[in-house]
Amino acid sequence: MVEFTLPKNSVIKKGKTYKAEGATNICHFEVYRWDPDSGENPRIDTYEIDMDQCGPMVLDAILKIKNEIDSSLTFRRSCREGVCGSCAMNINGKNTLACTKAISDYKGTVKIFPLPHMSVVKDLVADMTHFFEQYTSIKPWLTTESEAPAEAERLQSREDRAKLDGLYECVLCACCSTSCPSYWWNSDKYLGPAILLQAYRWLADSRDENDKERLDELDESFKLYRCHTIMNCTDTCPKGLNPAKAIAEIKKLLVERDHL
Amino acid sequence: MDYKALLEKAADFFSVHSGSGHFWYQRVTAVALVPLSIWLIVLLNKALNAPYAATVDWLSSPINTLAIVAWTVAVVYHAALGVQVVIEDYVSTIPVRNLAIRATNLIFLVLGVAALLAIIIILLAR
Repeated sequence: MVEFTLPKNSVIKKGKTYKAEGATNICHFEVYRWDPDSGENPRIDTYEIDMDQCGPMVLDAILKIKNEIDSSLTFRRSCREGVCGSCAMNINGKNTLACTKAISDYKGTVKIFPLPHMSVVKDLVADMTHFFEQYTSIKPWLTTESEAPAEAERLQSREDRAKLDGLYECVLCACCSTSCPSYWWNSDKYLGPAILLQAYRWLADSRDENDKERLDELDESFKLYRCHTIMNCTDTCPKGLNPAKAIAEIKKLLVERDHL
Repeated sequence: MDYKALLEKAADFFSVHSGSGHFWYQRVTAVALVPLSIWLIVLLNKALNAPYAATVDWLSSPINTLAIVAWTVAVVYHAALGVQVVIEDYVSTIPVRNLAIRATNLIFLVLGVAALLAIIIILLAR
């Protein structure tokens, strides 16, 4: 059955508080900390940040903590402009990218946790292995039967290219999948919104000639149909995409193919 | 092949390519139940306010007989499909899940057959 309570060794304890001496413009950051090597339970550390000495984004504050206060804080980041998807985390109860989220969007304390319902590697780093295995399973590449044109790329019309808008922008940060209760309960088989949006990205591509096999793979009660249109995915997507709609489009394609 | 893999294979046998059918029939029955449930309110109003004989008379007209049979079939089928989704969501142990789904289907089948028999008996006894 589904587990609704945390196991004993996952219960979060109160951690240390780091004061910002002499600062007048203070913002509090409560950060989830867990080190598997310590053998201790996870804890919440509180950091006071002098906002007069800090950049505007949540990632700026986390980098400031790591650089100036506590170098043991562990997290992923790379591009700091919302195109790599590395710094996805749960900030004040909502999954988002720390690099594109302004601290001023929040009132009071900023609470930072790793992506929900994922195994934690350390602190804010979630284990993404299974997520990317699922991504591999949908064959996220162009598959064709026809011979490639000898002198040019495979072309597509402007209209066909426009069908990929709202799909190609996904950076696979997993904010949507890890906000989905269905993915929490059944991520072993359910592909989740991020991967299904990618699956639809290839179904919607006019150059791809593998629709039948792609749909056959998806037509399974767990891979696709665990989506119950809860819409957390669309609500949380830091890129403003609509995975719920992409999933609905896949369901429509299957019904049109098999039942109409 | 170990025990767990065998069970997964068995579960896959029942679920592969059943996805879109399950989804589609759940929607078809849901849409059918919109007018049928409005009709059911009319029937309940009759059953609660009119004499027994008048209600049965009303029910025995072909359109009303068709409606109550359609409502019974749709509601039982829709309920079985819906409860199956809930079980699949929350019961992760595969043998327990399969047993629960089979039991649910059996319960709704018995309910449906009993209801249809009751309709036939009531209308024939008129």
